[in-house]
Amino acid sequence: MGTDTPGIPIGGGIEAGIDRTRPYATRGTYLEVIHSWIVTVDHKKLGILYISYALVFLLVAGVEALMIRVQLFFPHNNFVSPATFNRLFTMHGTTMVFLVGMPILFGFGNYLVPLMVGARDMAFPRLNAFSFWISAFAGLLLYYSFIGGVGLSGTGSAPDVAWFAYAPLTERAFSPGHSTDYWAVAILASGIGSIGTAINIIATVFCMRCKGMTLLRIPLLPWLYATMSFLTLITISPLTAAQAMLIIDRYLGGHFFDTQAGGSAILWAHFFWIFGHPEVYVLVLPAFAFANEIIPVFSRKAIFGYPAMVSASVAIAFISTGVWAHHMFTIGMTSFGNAFFTLSTMLVSIPTGIKTFNWLATIWGGKIRFETPMLFSIAFLFQFVIAGLTGIMLSISAWNWQLHNSYFVVAHFHYVLVGAIVFMIFAAIYYWYPKMTGRMLDDRLGKWHFWLMVIGFHLTFDTMHFPGLLGMPRQIFTYEPDRGWTLLNQIVSVGGFIQAIAVLILVYNMVHSYFRGDEAGADPWDAWTLEWSIPSPPPPYNFATDPVVASRRPLWDLKHPEDPDSAFE
Amino acid sequence: MSTIPLEHAGNEEPWRLPSRGVVAMASLITAESAIFTIFVTAYLYYIGRDVTGPTPREVLEIPVFGTVCLLSSSGFIILAERAIERAKMAAFTGWWAFTMLLGGIFLTDTAYEWYKLIVHDHLTISTNLFGTCFYSLVGLHASHVIVGLIMMSVVLVFALGRRVHPEHAERVKVLAMYWHFVDGVWVVVFSVVYIIGR
Amino acid sequence: MMSSCTAWGATSSTSIFSTLSTPAREVNHLAYFVLVICALILIGVSVLLIYSLVRYRARVGENTEPPQVFGSVQIELAWTIIPVLIIIILFLGTARVLFSVQDARKPASAVDVIVVGHQFWWEFRYPQYNVTTANELHVPVSNPAFSRPTFMKLTSADVIHSFWVPNLAGKTDLLPNRVNEMWIDPQQTGLYLGQCAQFCGMEHAKMLLRVYVDSPEQFQQWIASQQKAQNEVAVTMPASLTALNPGGGKKGTPSPNSPVTRMEAAAQLVQQVNAHNGKLVFEQQACINCHTVAGTVANGRYGPDLTHLMSRETLAAGAMPNTPENLKKWIDDPDIFKPGSLMPAMHLTDRQNAQITAYLLTLK
Repeated sequence: MGTDTPGIPIGGGIEAGIDRTRPYATRGTYLEVIHSWIVTVDHKKLGILYISYALVFLLVAGVEALMIRVQLFFPHNNFVSPATFNRLFTMHGTTMVFLVGMPILFGFGNYLVPLMVGARDMAFPRLNAFSFWISAFAGLLLYYSFIGGVGLSGTGSAPDVAWFAYAPLTERAFSPGHSTDYWAVAILASGIGSIGTAINIIATVFCMRCKGMTLLRIPLLPWLYATMSFLTLITISPLTAAQAMLIIDRYLGGHFFDTQAGGSAILWAHFFWIFGHPEVYVLVLPAFAFANEIIPVFSRKAIFGYPAMVSASVAIAFISTGVWAHHMFTIGMTSFGNAFFTLSTMLVSIPTGIKTFNWLATIWGGKIRFETPMLFSIAFLFQFVIAGLTGIMLSISAWNWQLHNSYFVVAHFHYVLVGAIVFMIFAAIYYWYPKMTGRMLDDRLGKWHFWLMVIGFHLTFDTMHFPGLLGMPRQIFTYEPDRGWTLLNQIVSVGGFIQAIAVLILVYNMVHSYFRGDEAGADPWDAWTLEWSIPSPPPPYNFATDPVVASRRPLWDLKHPEDPDSAFE
Repeated sequence: MSTIPLEHAGNEEPWRLPSRGVVAMASLITAESAIFTIFVTAYLYYIGRDVTGPTPREVLEIPVFGTVCLLSSSGFIILAERAIERAKMAAFTGWWAFTMLLGGIFLTDTAYEWYKLIVHDHLTISTNLFGTCFYSLVGLHASHVIVGLIMMSVVLVFALGRRVHPEHAERVKVLAMYWHFVDGVWVVVFSVVYIIGR
Repeated sequence: MMSSCTAWGATSSTSIFSTLSTPAREVNHLAYFVLVICALILIGVSVLLIYSLVRYRARVGENTEPPQVFGSVQIELAWTIIPVLIIIILFLGTARVLFSVQDARKPASAVDVIVVGHQFWWEFRYPQYNVTTANELHVPVSNPAFSRPTFMKLTSADVIHSFWVPNLAGKTDLLPNRVNEMWIDPQQTGLYLGQCAQFCGMEHAKMLLRVYVDSPEQFQQWIASQQKAQNEVAVTMPASLTALNPGGGKKGTPSPNSPVTRMEAAAQLVQQVNAHNGKLVFEQQACINCHTVAGTVANGRYGPDLTHLMSRETLAAGAMPNTPENLKKWIDDPDIFKPGSLMPAMHLTDRQNAQITAYLLTLK
């Protein structure tokens, strides 16, 4: 009987199809194991490499954040010098976006997309490996900058021009050292890796689906990853182009952003935000993808409105390419320009609202199980709504003239990046770690992680809105004591340390459970997509025989032969 | 579950999926188009904003011959594609080589033009805004032509060694897509630099 | 709610809710409107979420699946159309304020100010009055009875900066090779604080702003004093050289009128720490290449105009209060207060430093 998957009512005749291969055990000496990881082209191993790499940088960037918060604990504090502080916040932002966010989301995509569409690997496994290793190289290059130049205690030549590296501050005249060069070259290299993975995901979703899986039957995660990959193609490229222009200016005497020669400072801002805004949708669409998989399973109901979810996600991707200048409301566009971008930004909230209400409708009428992945998803829902609303506030161009470049903006985007995206990444870790390792993460530690994270997150980022409303700009290494910002900054800092403890609990959990966790089996959550039909961890070939599907939830059909989805679709 | 045949399981029609190579090349072309769009945007934005130096009207001559060669090479690569689909390998190799020749002529034409601009007109990438934009945009395109020619020469070497067969038509088609893209970009670059920008 | 926001905002001198000028006030009213709508949406969604989590939680012992519902076109339409309506309302409200503030007409009574951003200080020029100053902006108060707004043109000499005084208006960026415009009409006299709001390099955090809103009479007085050039520095010279008594009356000293005595006396004069000597030293050092003191040979434009340095309350764009002690320390080594500021340490001797300070202290 179905001892691999306890608690699942399995009808007769099904067991013949279940793959009972023992979880794949690695063989060989340590050297052989390491070698296999270095030369692998297996999407699952590459996915785990991406995720591990990102988690390491999460800790590093987290330390950078804590140092920032210590410096801002008191006005006129001396914990770090102005130069060091400027490097810290530049590196924190750059690392979190390019070395944590992109890799971990591409890592999950790498692992899950082929499994969910019933394929044996990505469309181009060697391109996959190349993409990972060039991204890894980029990260190491960026961090190598710390030991160049003036040495480690002045933190070397680490970039200090803010993560959006506005020209002409980045031109040779104003940034004579190599800090900008490290930023431009490293991020350019990581961009190449991102484009490679995006091409791979698109080709996999369109060209590697198993039999019966029409485009309207693929689970929402591959749909959103395909959308996000298409967006990546047209988003990272403008940044690559702008960085190439910057390098031409700095090294070949070009004048793209040289205002003395007639060049324009505003052009860099346009190009960067043409990248920068869709980039945050590249980061958030996978978070939506995780929610689309996790919320239905723990509400025990199919996702509400699958076609609407697909259209809304594609609409979000399209609209997001037309809103970039809402980062530039103060730069001196005409009132018509400001009005246009106000309207286009507000329009994004419509498909986003549709998705949020669909999630609510999925929960409504279900039978909700409050396991750790679901706890993080619920927090995501609540926090994402707040983040969206502060986003609407920022889209109001006239009000933006007060809020822009203040801590209100910092609070808003951390609300999205941490409150929505990181929370869903945590949910995804608890949900798919059993599949990847064959072990369950400890549930008690999971709850500790969750509650500390909620407390720390809200302490920090709810409070952070207020210094912004009281006039505190961002990217300042210190502030004046007479502005009334001190107590608020202190509360923000304390919350940061609580979040750090929460993350450390997660790291401990991941390591400890790998050796001592409960055995997970193929389908610990009673879920409905193809990856739960194979052992945990999966064998290298994924599926013993190619799957054949007839609906969006193949395992639901098998577990409920009296009420299969295929009767409705 | 994998082996249980299900009632509605797409048994009616053969299961067809798009070609991986074509989808991947289309995606790559999308990304590259975005990069070119940014350089073209910068070029258009900066028309007429030079503070010093030679202007386009003073130094640019329309590269008619090179353009004709490059754009017609798209037609010849189509002939090569048709040849390999019909298993006419000799014809394929001939048309393929001719396409490459036309591409090479285009590059030579560009090289002569740059020589004239740099040595006689003293226009370099650092001279003024026009110089920066011109060399960046035309150079970006030329580098894509070079990459295309390198890939095509690999195919040519295999074709001359009679190792290319009709079942490789799909892969050849993917490479041809890239070449058509390069030609299409030239239409845009040509219009922006030599028509609008002068 | 509005008054509690204002009251809480009053705890800070730079709150966006304490608005004393029309642009800030218009934006503030719009902000309250938007806040209310967003709060209602948040409350609505939260109630739905919490209700569904409580009502539909899995009870212990249940292991049947709930009825599977796949979607509903009507519901999807409903929660598409309602947000569209909300957005139309928000957009129209925004457009009204946006056009009224950004496209406001400049009245004839307006004061013109040209603001030039530098790393890391502010240059202010009043073309109508031929006045140039730095870091501390004086504008006249403007009220309905006597409307006199200040219209500013903003540009930068180097990188991108941003002018932000929250009590008076939203921020506007300063870009090189481009002129942006903004206006304020402060309705109460007083001092308003702000700072640069676009990361511009190492000392971005120390590029502070002080806006003094003066009564009409005070403003006229300030303009008049700023228009004066600093020509000669009056200094009391001793009646005769002998009063200096260089020799000290010792045996063997030369007579009071000998060339040696005169030379030594002159040397002593020059070494005295006073403003006159300070001006001589100032004019011989590289100071004049970067700084302007109207009426002297100093006409550099790279650093702040020092003609009326002592009329300002702070030094180095708010980095420290303008006291003789601070001034001396700043000239000695700017990195003490603002590491990364572009003024080099001049490596003067202590005496030269004291002399220059004495001179600068006369620049009222």
